[in-house]
Amino acid sequence: MKSQRPSQQGLYDPWFEHDSCGVGFVVDIQGRKSNRILHQAIEILKNLDHRGAAGSETNTGDGAGILIQMPHGFFKDAAKKARFSLPEAGEYGAGAIFLPKDRIRRRRIEERFEKIVQSEGQTFLGWRTVPTDNSMLGDTAKGSEPFIRQAFIGRGPGLDDAAFERKLYVIRKRSYTEIRATTLDGAEYWYVCSLSHKTLVYKGMLLTTQLEQYFTDLGHPAMETALALVHSRFSTNTFPSWDRAHPYRYIAHNGEINTLRGNINWMHAREARFESELFGEDTPKVLPIVNPNGSDSAMFDNTLELLVLAGRPLAHAMMMMIPEPWSNHESMDEDRRAFYQYHSCLMEPWDGPASIAFTDGVQIGAILDRNGLRPSRYYVTKDGRVIMASEAGVLDVPPEDVLAKGRLQPGRMFLVDTKQGRIIDDEEIKRAIVGERPYRQWIAEHLVRLEDLPDGPEAPPPDHETLLQRQVAFGYTFEDERMLIAPMARDGVEAVGSMGNDAALAVLSNKPRLLYDYFKQLFAQVTNPPIDCIREEIVIGAETRLGSEGNLLHPTPSACRRVELKWPILTNEEFAKLRRQHLPGLKVGVLPILFRVTRGEKGLAKSLEELSAMARRMIEEDEVNVIILSDRGVNADFAAVPALLAIAGLHHYLIREGLRTRVSLVLETGEAREVHHFALLIGYGCSAINPYVAFETIDDMIREGMLTGIEHKAACKNFVKAGAKGVIKVMSKMGVSAIQSYRGAQLFEALGLRQDVIDHYFTWTPSRVGGIGLDVIAQEVLTRHRAAFPPRASDRRILPTGGLYQWRNDGEAHLFTPESIHRLQKAVRTGSYPAFKEYAKLINDQGRNLCTLRSLLEFKAGAPIPLEEVEPAEKIMKRFKTGAMSYGSISKEAHETLAIAMNRIGGKSNTGEGGEDPDRYVPLPNGDSKNSAIKQVASGRFGVTSEYLVNARELQIKMAQGAKPGEGGQLPGTKVYPWVAKTRLTTAGVGLISPPPHHDIYSIEDLAELIHDLKNGNRHARVSVKLVAEVGVGTIAAGVAKAHADVVLISGYDGGTGASPQTSIAHAGLPWELGLAETHQTLVLNNLRSRIAVETDGQLKTGRDVAIAALLGAEEFGFATAPLVATGCIMMRVCHLNTCPAGVATQDPALRAKYAGKPEHVIHFMRFIAEELREIMASLGFRTIEEMVGRVDRLEPKKAIEHWKAKGLDFSNILYQPDMGPEVGRFCSMAQDHGLDKSLDLTTLLDVCRPAIEEGKRVDAHLPIRNVHRVVGTITGGEVTKKWGRKGLPEDTISIHFRGSAGQSFGAFMPKGMTFRLEGDANDYVGKGLSGGKIIVFPPEGSTFRPEENIIVGNVALYGATSGEAYIRGMAGERFCVRNSGVYAVVESVGDHGCEYMTGGRVVVLGPTGRNFAAGMSGGVAYVLDENGVFPSRVNKQMVALEKIEDPEELNEVRGLVERHFKYTQSSRARQVLDQWGELAPKFVRVMPKDYQRMLSCIRRAHDQGLTGDEAVMAAFQENARDLARVGGN
Amino acid sequence: MGKPTGFIEYLRELPTDRAPLERVRDWKEFHHHLEEKTLRQQGARCMDCGVPFCHTGRLISGMASGCPINNLIPEWNDLIYRGLWKEALERLHRTNNFPEFTGRVCPAPCEGSCVLGINAPPVTIKNIECSIVDRGWDEGWVIPQAPANRTGKKVAVIGSGPAGLSAAAQLNKAGHLVTVFERADRPGGLLMYGIPNMKLDKQEVVMRRVRLMEQEGVKFICNAHVGENVEPQIFLKEFHATVICTGATQPRDLPIEGRSLAGVHFAMEYLTANTKAVLDGHAAPIDAAGKDVVVIGGGDTGTDCVGTAMRQGCRSLMQIEILPKPPPDRDASNPWPEWPKIYRLDYGQEEAAARFGADPRVYQTTVKRFVAGRTGGLNELVTVEIRWEKNEKGQFVPKEQPGTEKTVPAQLALLAMGFLGPEQALLKELNIACDARSNIQAEHEKYTTSIPGVFAAGDCRRGQSLVVWAINEGRGAARECDRYLMGNTDLP
Repeated sequence: MKSQRPSQQGLYDPWFEHDSCGVGFVVDIQGRKSNRILHQAIEILKNLDHRGAAGSETNTGDGAGILIQMPHGFFKDAAKKARFSLPEAGEYGAGAIFLPKDRIRRRRIEERFEKIVQSEGQTFLGWRTVPTDNSMLGDTAKGSEPFIRQAFIGRGPGLDDAAFERKLYVIRKRSYTEIRATTLDGAEYWYVCSLSHKTLVYKGMLLTTQLEQYFTDLGHPAMETALALVHSRFSTNTFPSWDRAHPYRYIAHNGEINTLRGNINWMHAREARFESELFGEDTPKVLPIVNPNGSDSAMFDNTLELLVLAGRPLAHAMMMMIPEPWSNHESMDEDRRAFYQYHSCLMEPWDGPASIAFTDGVQIGAILDRNGLRPSRYYVTKDGRVIMASEAGVLDVPPEDVLAKGRLQPGRMFLVDTKQGRIIDDEEIKRAIVGERPYRQWIAEHLVRLEDLPDGPEAPPPDHETLLQRQVAFGYTFEDERMLIAPMARDGVEAVGSMGNDAALAVLSNKPRLLYDYFKQLFAQVTNPPIDCIREEIVIGAETRLGSEGNLLHPTPSACRRVELKWPILTNEEFAKLRRQHLPGLKVGVLPILFRVTRGEKGLAKSLEELSAMARRMIEEDEVNVIILSDRGVNADFAAVPALLAIAGLHHYLIREGLRTRVSLVLETGEAREVHHFALLIGYGCSAINPYVAFETIDDMIREGMLTGIEHKAACKNFVKAGAKGVIKVMSKMGVSAIQSYRGAQLFEALGLRQDVIDHYFTWTPSRVGGIGLDVIAQEVLTRHRAAFPPRASDRRILPTGGLYQWRNDGEAHLFTPESIHRLQKAVRTGSYPAFKEYAKLINDQGRNLCTLRSLLEFKAGAPIPLEEVEPAEKIMKRFKTGAMSYGSISKEAHETLAIAMNRIGGKSNTGEGGEDPDRYVPLPNGDSKNSAIKQVASGRFGVTSEYLVNARELQIKMAQGAKPGEGGQLPGTKVYPWVAKTRLTTAGVGLISPPPHHDIYSIEDLAELIHDLKNGNRHARVSVKLVAEVGVGTIAAGVAKAHADVVLISGYDGGTGASPQTSIAHAGLPWELGLAETHQTLVLNNLRSRIAVETDGQLKTGRDVAIAALLGAEEFGFATAPLVATGCIMMRVCHLNTCPAGVATQDPALRAKYAGKPEHVIHFMRFIAEELREIMASLGFRTIEEMVGRVDRLEPKKAIEHWKAKGLDFSNILYQPDMGPEVGRFCSMAQDHGLDKSLDLTTLLDVCRPAIEEGKRVDAHLPIRNVHRVVGTITGGEVTKKWGRKGLPEDTISIHFRGSAGQSFGAFMPKGMTFRLEGDANDYVGKGLSGGKIIVFPPEGSTFRPEENIIVGNVALYGATSGEAYIRGMAGERFCVRNSGVYAVVESVGDHGCEYMTGGRVVVLGPTGRNFAAGMSGGVAYVLDENGVFPSRVNKQMVALEKIEDPEELNEVRGLVERHFKYTQSSRARQVLDQWGELAPKFVRVMPKDYQRMLSCIRRAHDQGLTGDEAVMAAFQENARDLARVGGN
Repeated sequence: MGKPTGFIEYLRELPTDRAPLERVRDWKEFHHHLEEKTLRQQGARCMDCGVPFCHTGRLISGMASGCPINNLIPEWNDLIYRGLWKEALERLHRTNNFPEFTGRVCPAPCEGSCVLGINAPPVTIKNIECSIVDRGWDEGWVIPQAPANRTGKKVAVIGSGPAGLSAAAQLNKAGHLVTVFERADRPGGLLMYGIPNMKLDKQEVVMRRVRLMEQEGVKFICNAHVGENVEPQIFLKEFHATVICTGATQPRDLPIEGRSLAGVHFAMEYLTANTKAVLDGHAAPIDAAGKDVVVIGGGDTGTDCVGTAMRQGCRSLMQIEILPKPPPDRDASNPWPEWPKIYRLDYGQEEAAARFGADPRVYQTTVKRFVAGRTGGLNELVTVEIRWEKNEKGQFVPKEQPGTEKTVPAQLALLAMGFLGPEQALLKELNIACDARSNIQAEHEKYTTSIPGVFAAGDCRRGQSLVVWAINEGRGAARECDRYLMGNTDLP
């Protein structure tokens, strides 16, 4: 029996596990206890089953649990049976404890616990064994099942309720350090589910349906409670996890804390300053506050519990931990803003997607994170209950009993107080809390804004004489100036590049590289969403406060004695202000970070030690609370300590010493100059950065004429803006929205740093292949320094050229060089395999210029076999794919070449995110097909229709892209040529935005839902999920396997792109070697490998690359850059400029005419790869790929690596093989069970609709529906499309009337001719990808609530819908009509972010909207009835104009829509509007995207000139492209 | 990049040359300069490639593809587009000590591998290079930069051709005291006497650079013929290191009947004598005036003979090339980015065509014998057509075609058939090991000969090649020499 979860092994690290879930509660508002509440909660849980998951065994769940009030009535009898008696209700505490099964061990542990209880002055009353029935548990759950007992503790004398609860907490905390953390036999089982006198938790590694059966207590009629909180867990692994089930002691969480590492470190740092009157002498006993073994939710719970027990009301503590976004809020009241501002001086937000339900047994409530990235719906019933859950419809409530239906809004709280017997809304709770203390006054007195400080002395003038030397010393290149700094200073945005990154990793480079290059940014994928920091700027907090932090447990007014900065990057003027300020209570000290060159490599380590000691003295003796680290003063004798090393090292030193929160660290550095640098410095604890050499460089560039048309101050401002925005983008990729929480969150992985460097300076940062030590870091500094201050040289020197972004002879090594490109092209054009081998040799044998990790691996010789015995190339090529390159990023010619080639060899090409011209679905006369086998479904959902889905062999969900993981994309209007617009179903000339997240995937269970949706859309296509390698990707892949994907693709960070910020191309994500190996290892560990195919891509160029990928665990392989080069790409790296001279990555007809690629070129390439691979297979003795998959034992590191840096690498983690039995599969050998046979479509609907599908006959039917019926209508719709094509059926041919609560994705991808009426309500994603169908939703007959004020459809309705109609009588949740490109919809009210990224269609809103309406909306028109004039303040006006409806024809169209709405839904609101049309019509605000408007006018003008059809559009497009007044999205 | 669409908007444009019939009347350079505006547009045509093949300098199929000294072409193209000439000059000088030489005489493999050249006329890289440096001299930006500190090490450079000059310039920068030994009466080697004045002006271009180097501290000793008037052992005794850059001056001969007749000369003999005569202002000892001239060899030296003979006033002119006439466009077997083996009309042929009505070249032809006239000197020669056929080893060899013999009038025949390697006398004196092709044995990138402290660079090491390779080698040898002397080096 394995009692423990697997520990860190190979590349797998348990730290990166994620979970996500369904959460719900039910409460009697008046606090009346009943058994009914308990049962209803259990019912909710069962109906959330699809939000949980099971592992490789269907009867082992990831976890389920329930929290209730203390069931005193039940316990009284139960205690008697256990032979002890209980005092009165409230006079004792109880809680379930997990214990070892072994009696003797258990007893020893129990005794120790009893002693703790007694030593804390409480009475130990007795143990009760919790009766359990494990007969239905799966082996994994059973194998790790604990023995569960409840402990009962009597209240000691003199303790009030709060003090008793605190005492129980102290006991529990002590039990952790004195039992769990010891070596006592069986201690690893010890876990206290809860220990309280108010609440009680039952939970375990169970399926939702097993909870009640397992805990027989829950079936006992005496079990009564007035509130119950339930949770169903979906974990990304299948490991034993009894204690990770929710609820925790106060919360159940659906979401994930992204800034966890930072939060833990800061909490740890704060502990040194904890003083609490309430805890008094007990304070040290509760340390550490945060249990290091817990999950993020557990740690959140730990902190919340402390805040509450230390005296804050529950709601107050929640507001501190998950503040709503206040800094950019346009209308927040000042008191509340001051509250948040004050508390931000005490603690950083716990940032990340979260729907948290919380309770202390008296109050129960829920809060949603600022982004609103988790659904939470509630009903209030007339009999005084509140039912809240991740979904609506989890409990049957007759319509006439519903008082109101609502949803939790972003940043808002919802609270039921059973003592007061009422619901307290967000406004009231917060008003009460913010009014408790005079926060506004405290802020006014103590918090100072930097801009209000007096000017400092003039900043030191730029020193041009020495600038060049310092630039060289800090590693500046001419390329940095041209490619990075110039765009930042000129345009205020980060530089954009294209194609992938084929340059050497820093640790393999022959050049000295900056320390920053050894770090790779982490990003969100699947388990939580990245954020769109441009379109959803309202949630971003960029401000920073400098100074000491107060005591978290005892806040005083002076705790907010701080200087507040708007940005974390300071101009010289701002820096001078800060440096010279004289505020009482704020003291600035400066420490140099230089070391004497003559002290050599050892000098660096020594100077870092001295730095720590000096900082300590400053803090303790001089009471300095802002320390500036400065590298000014670099000269021939002194070199600079790498700024990152200094900051991170000092940060961790101060954390270890408990001094960290007493001081802010500010950096004055010549080294930092790009976004990645700034992000790293902040991520490792720096508060603000003054990059003075960057400013001098800008000055110099202006003086030299390299930068024209801008003066120095404006250029510096732009640079700061680009830098700060860039950092925000980096953090938003990880889903973090506040700089304050990003600071110190260390969201990076090191690649190429030795463990001792990590442990000492970058503690807890993952670094899995070892690498260089401090000596080599110093050597790199000294090499640069020597170049800057050469002892003898007379040349007027200039900056070195660079060579990271473009190939240069003396620059960084790249895989694609003039030679390798030439040889490849020659080989594929002449069809010469020997020529290909010459190419392959250049790539494979990297000799003196190492680029990739795989170049350091070697095959271990085996018993070779004759080449003929290896499976033929034809078979192998079926495993080959070309990369996802959209039609739009590459030309029609190039796109079709790839498709034809791959279809000929039985491989698969990929549409990319741009839709596909349906003409390509028809095979060509010669038998060729241009139909891309893989159809990508990305966040923009361009052209994703029912027809698109049914024509796929594989559907790929792009979660991330190697070149820019965590980011969206943008196709500027000038590149949206008419033919591109057509396949994307948008308007030519109008810019398109792909959002960073899929708005229907905020968590792993959402991904499961989309996989399920797509599988419904096309049952015969495999569903693949594309991930990008980063630490933890293996765990995510395991989750993806559990979410029933058929294929998981692990992309390397180095893959190509049509346009990405340079920072992302080079610095986000990891090489696939690491990601793939981790994925394979983790899937094998979880016994999930056999049910999912693993694919990899990212700079695969040769047969050897493929062989290594197979040995590391892949069975399918993707290629993108290399096939493009085969067809003529010459790595111009200007794809983003539309000027590709090879006609590959351009839409310009003149350039496309130059395209010279042929399918044969691609076929030759693929065949050569396969042949080279076969030769390797023969030499290793493998007959098939399957034999080869995951055979890391046939790889070994190259012997005797002499490279000065690479010699420190350690490949043992990559070449690790988990120790699992032979029964555990190591390649994909079984199909996933998608459970489609249980769907409403296959059980009922398809049969009902058959006459319509087969003969076009009308079908009318009535059906009941429940929330567990998900994605209803999609299979049927797919059949309609298959039979009737894109035109579908005549309107209303299929007309189905549903009654009830519809599950997620109701009517997804439904084609024309299908009409769904839903009487009831619906969950999220109604009409996702609607492809012509009609959806009508209205409240059930008998409802008494006002529909227009109650939520009737969930979040993200009509996401990516392309055509059709929708009429919704009532309110819709957040993100209504996101990326709608053609649907006409009427709704009565919408939540935040309505019509975001919309590109077409019409939306009529007959009532209020939430905030950020029309963000990123580039097309279509919205009409919002704004009766009280508040609408304009709710609109994001970056891209749209607000107007009145002037055109009578247009007004008529709107009226027509309202009339139809009334006709279909009988809406009283519609009736009212129609009745008062004359009065209300002028109050419609027309939301018109500016670009769209301009394009429409251009088209109209073209028509006026007599042009028609495509000609008119092309003329308009050209006119528009010439129009310099165009404004883009950002 | 300043202008992403430059290559779409502007066409390739080169400065016009002086009219052929006008320019053959003097020895002055024959190119005009472009206006600044046009030049900037030409710079804008550069696409600033992610992988700039022009900057490569690799041998592909035996020919240089891209710039052998890795000129930072995209960077200075962009700079001149922006009008930043001085910065462009600095970037140019970073890799090339003598852009005014390469900008005039280099065949420009960079343009052959220019990515734009795949499907459009390439960027005018060579002309831009020349314009940048000419402007630099005109503006006074090219000034002597003597090293701040001297190392006290003495280095000898033998030979002052492009390899010797670049080695000397670099070693001087590193602070060593450099003495250049030149056996001719003027420094410059091939640059001075191998290339005629109209292509590379001796006073205004070559000597200008030499004088600058002198001002920077390099010492030139002319008329110093090692082995004749200079004791070879002084290099080992009096210098800490020596760099041999004596070139590949051993011409390929044509040992056929009549070779010893008066009027049959090696091209170099002819060109050297002529340039010396032009510079010194006396009559040329070998004069084509009024003669029927036949130049044997179709390379650059042959062309220079044609241009020289035209200026001397020859009566008729024929140039014989043993290879077939190249195609007008790239052959499929000669794809980009290889050096394009295509038909080109160089200045000499252009002049001959203007004067005599046709390109003077005949292809797939060789000379069978020289025939004396009545006075005993050369009067005519007999040519024969050949065809390239595979021999038993599979190599292509020329095969004479019977019955194609022709007699051609010729009082002056110039042998421009390439060079075999360095002259051996000096090497024997110093006892330096040579390779099978008689070149000095020294590895590329290392340049160390069999004698410690003695380095070799340029044609004497690699065999006959381009000026730009000589510069590449001179710089490289300087770097290795510096490393040898100091234990480390900051030279590129």
